Order: sequence, then C-alpha cells, then structure tokens
Amino acid sequence: MIRNPKDLERHTASERVNHWIVAICFVLIALSGLAFFHPFFWPLTQLFGGGVWTRIVHPYTGLLLVIFFISMFVRFRGLNRMTPADWEWLRRVREVAGGDDSTMPPQGKFNGGQKVMFWSITTCLLLMVLTGLVMWRAYFTFPVTLVRLAAVVHAAVGALAIIIIMGHIYLAIWTRGTISAMVYGTVSAAWARQHHETWYHQMRGKVRS
Amino acid sequence: MALQSLDIVRRSATTFRSPSIGQVPEVAKLIDVTTCIGCKACQAACMEWNDVRDKVGMNRGVYDNPPDLTASSWTVMRYTEHKEDGSLQWLIRKDGCMHCQDPGCLKACPAPGAIIQYANGIVDFQEENCIGCGYCITGCPFDIPRLSPKDSKVYKCTLCSDRVAVGMEPACIKACPTGALQFGTKRQMLGYAEERIVDLKRRGFTKAGLYDPQGVGGTHVMYVLHHADRPGLYNGLASDPGISPLVSLWKSYTKPIAAAALGVVALGAFFHYIVAGPNEVSEEAEREVEKEEDGT
Repeated sequence: MIRNPKDLERHTASERVNHWIVAICFVLIALSGLAFFHPFFWPLTQLFGGGVWTRIVHPYTGLLLVIFFISMFVRFRGLNRMTPADWEWLRRVREVAGGDDSTMPPQGKFNGGQKVMFWSITTCLLLMVLTGLVMWRAYFTFPVTLVRLAAVVHAAVGALAIIIIMGHIYLAIWTRGTISAMVYGTVSAAWARQHHETWYHQMRGKVRS
Repeated sequence: MALQSLDIVRRSATTFRSPSIGQVPEVAKLIDVTTCIGCKACQAACMEWNDVRDKVGMNRGVYDNPPDLTASSWTVMRYTEHKEDGSLQWLIRKDGCMHCQDPGCLKACPAPGAIIQYANGIVDFQEENCIGCGYCITGCPFDIPRLSPKDSKVYKCTLCSDRVAVGMEPACIKACPTGALQFGTKRQMLGYAEERIVDLKRRGFTKAGLYDPQGVGGTHVMYVLHHADRPGLYNGLASDPGISPLVSLWKSYTKPIAAAALGVVALGAFFHYIVAGPNEVSEEAEREVEKEEDGT
C-alpha cells in the first residue's frame, strides 16, 4: 500500500523482512546476553524460561542472527562504500546533532554516519560470533587462556554492539519520518530531499554527481 | 548442599554481602605428598561417599586412572617419575579442588548462588542453581571444574561439606591409610605441616615446604612438598597461581563499566531528544518540494 503516490520506495519487502529478522534476533540475543552480563540483569533470564534455557537459547539465536546478517550484508555492502562526501558529512556531524541536517552536504542512499554504523556493527558481529564459538562449552573446548580472552572481548564488544544499536534505534526515531522506510518501505519526497538529496535526485531520474 | 549449620560468606553473581558476622574457624585439608603411597583409597572413598561412578576407561600404561578429573571423578592421583642426582623419585599428587580463599570460579559464575563459599572456607557448587555455561572452568586457576555431559552441570570436590557440617572429616581423609591426608582447622594444619617440613629437611629435603599459594588468598587444601621450590614437578602444579588478569578484566571492570555505559547512553539519547528536539523536515521545505515536483 502506498499512502502517497509521490512517496519514494526506500526498502523492498524482502529487505524489510530481512532487517526485522535480524532486529528480532538482536533484541533476543541482547536481552539473553545481558542476563549473564551482570547480576543486575539476571531477572532477564525469566523472559527465556530461566537461567538454563537462557544459556541454551543465546548461542543458537546468535547463529540465526549471523546467518540473516550475512544476507543483509550482501544486500547493502555496495551501498555502504565510503565516499569523500561521507567523510565531509562525518567531519560536520556536530551540526546534525543540533537537530537540523538541511545544511549538510548532499548524501546518497546512506549517509556517512549510517555507513560507519554498518561497518562497525559488521565488525562487532564478526568478533561476537568468533569469540562466542570459543566460549560455547556445549560443543567446543579451547585452551583456557583463549577462552578467557574471548570472554573479555565478547563482553566488551557485546556492550558496544548494544550501544551502537541503541544509537541506530534512537536516530531512526529522532529523524522523523524514518520508521516508515522499514515498515511500509516508503519515505516522503521531502524527507528524501532533506536527508539524502543525492539519492532523491537519483530516484527522480535527475542524477547529479 | 547449603546447610544451615554452615554460614555462607560469599555467593556467585551477588553484589551485596552475605550474612557474615558469625566467626567460624577456617578448615583445611593437608596433603602430605611425601607420605602418600598412591593407593587411591581416597579416590575410592570419594566415589563411595558422594555416590559418583565414572565410566570404566582404558589402561594407558600409567598408574593415573582415570587419566583426568571428570564430573564423576572429583579427585585423581597424578604420578610423576622424577630423576634427580641419579635416583628416581615417584612424586604422587592427589589432585582436586584447592578451595581457594579467593575463588576464580565464584568470581566468573553468572548464576546467583550457583557457587558459594562457606565461612569455614569451603567452596561449594550448588548444582541446582548451575546453568551449565562453564564460566567457572574459565575462572579456575587450577583447571578443576568439569562440565558433565550427562546433565550439563559442573561438578568438583565439595571437601565433603555435608560431612564437615556435622563434625566429620572428609571421606578421603577417613580412608587414607598412611596419614598423608589430614584435616582440621587451617591453623592446626599449618602447625602440623611445619613439623613435617622440619622432619623432611632433617632427612635431606632442604627445599621441603608448604604449598598454600597466596596469589589466591591461600587455599583450604594445602600440600607438603619435598620440592616446594619447584611445584611444577608435581604434574604441573602452578608455581604462582592467581585469578587470571583476563578474568578480572572481564568480571570486575568490563562488565560493570559497560553496564553503566548502557544506562548512560539510554539516558543521554532521551535527554538529547528533550534538548535538541527531533530532526524534522520543516513545513516550508515540504511545501517547496511539493511545488517543485508539481512544476516538473
């Protein structure tokens, strides 16, 4: 359903489904991981049927997340190559934080910040899956020093990944009119022109370099 | 078992202090390696009292049997043939949980109350609270806890906390035929060890000494060694064990700091919204785009 025929298609249905599978897995893995993170979060185990179930479910959720993330990575990899305009955008990111990005250099489908988020979450997940496998006692036994190192990295990078995703969610809420891109797949023309001007012109068939 | 007659002073994954005003003397098991004959009566007594039976394994051409600690073998004799000054010494060490004063397993455990330390120093696993993650194995400086493939819980020596609670000595102590295993208050055991060391030194073992590693705050299972300067001779007994700095970095720093960071980021985002307001397309810009698009 397109509410306004002038709206632009930002994400196809298949991209949206892929994104939300990853998102659901991420919420589950973050909540189950936090349960082991600090005693403060231990009550979260109740969401998964207790401590033992949380321990069982967490790594499988991680595998599912990684499989679907790989699919998303393949889809979006090309759109996330850094360009000079992205670096310029990042240098002036403070202006955006003030609440208005209409003065920023024109951006393609994804801006510099989104690209940084894409590559940093990719790096985080790669580290998480490698260290997670090392810690998965149900199937693997690695030298204890390696497991200890993996545990530190898994905890630190896990927290970092949650912080990155908190930022991702916040920015989607903060930049009004963005959520519809991942729900209906469309954004308004004005939204596109203000936040992603280069992409807007590409979509309207008026490519400007 | 958490017994009322044994006060718990430390609980895993618990950030507040456990009831700890009671004063109970610390206990200790002393293993006099120099008088051990390697008969394995302690191993048999441990299996019997705790009702655990390991699978019958294969003979590997050495006396070590079973070859390693398992979830059902909480103590194992380690045999080392050591040649020195043209003579052969048969170094036999009873391996098992050392009951550290500062237990790495308890520090690493994420499940509240799955590992506890009693006021008398015994470190005990509470399998009904164990979730089977194996973090205790990662935390232990002595490679002692074993994950059972049968029930995915971790097991190790309890120092017969159930027997000690009712004033009995651990099963292994009761079975030892030579007096190589002694049990009492830690102070008594230190005194007894001192006598043994004096005797050993008189017999020519000038490097005889006590193994009560201070890197883990001392242990409630101690060894008398003929070569206390080289504990590694006894099947790789750690010479200066301590909780790995990686485990401390993981549990004492990374996790609390990161948990606080998550809270700060959540609050920071909320207040950013309140202060800076949403990033919106102005009505003016919207009208402009509409006009432009209608014009083309």
